[in-house]
Amino acid sequence: MPINYYIFLSIALFSIGIVGVLTRRNAIIIFMCVELMLNAVNLMLVAFSKMHYKAALLAGDVNGTAGTDGQLFVFFIMVVAAAEVTVGLAIIVMMYRNIHSVDVNFLNRLKH
Amino acid sequence: MNITQILFWFLSVVAIFSALMVITSKNPVYSVLWLIVTFFSISGHYILLNAQFLAIVNIIVYAGAIMVLFLFVIMLMNLNNETEPQKHRWLKMAGAVAGGCLLLVMVAALKDTDIKNQQAMVNEGTIGLIKNLGKELFTTYVVPFEISSILFLSAMVGAVVIGKKE
Repeated sequence: MPINYYIFLSIALFSIGIVGVLTRRNAIIIFMCVELMLNAVNLMLVAFSKMHYKAALLAGDVNGTAGTDGQLFVFFIMVVAAAEVTVGLAIIVMMYRNIHSVDVNFLNRLKH
Repeated sequence: MNITQILFWFLSVVAIFSALMVITSKNPVYSVLWLIVTFFSISGHYILLNAQFLAIVNIIVYAGAIMVLFLFVIMLMNLNNETEPQKHRWLKMAGAVAGGCLLLVMVAALKDTDIKNQQAMVNEGTIGLIKNLGKELFTTYVVPFEISSILFLSAMVGAVVIGKKE
């Protein structure tokens, strides 16, 4: 599969995430769009890892492990995303408890 | 057009359509459900690329744990169509134009790069299997792996400290 297709698919998903962050006011939806952007990057990393592996195979490295790093980066991105979600959702729950809303427009003063 | 290409296009269309539904649904619960569909189609892409470990981890961690957490918080707050805050129409349009400009610029910048003749290996290749990844993870990347456990511990403590009533 040409690598270009994966690049364009990832760019499309990433841009949809950007549009979601810019057009929504619900803090939880904004957070979900950030997750979508992380996943677009993950897909790109896996596609590049397989591209690198194929290039190494064609260069004669028969039982090599070229490209493993890309997939481990994806694994670590998932780990960090899981940690981020716990803290982020705790902050959103605390915000909801204080102002009884998840509208980010109420948060533009960094106070009260 | 063989079965791999058909699957690629099908999964891509599903991923983009459900991602668009995430940002256009009025009801936050529907947004979460569409995001789960997106994650499943991305997992399908991983399986197509023979990255089986990441496909399973993506389903377990993202579609399983994280999205259930989102759904739980949304249902706890009882969010629905009526309480959903809406931006002004012009602001929405400006956001869509800004995102579209980013899409245009990145596609234009990347469509003629040197790697456009490269292929991503689909359906075969052993680097995505758990044997190879585990070997690499516990030799070269063992220090980041242990540090990530400390990250989890601190995230857990942070969530409890933020979430408890004062």
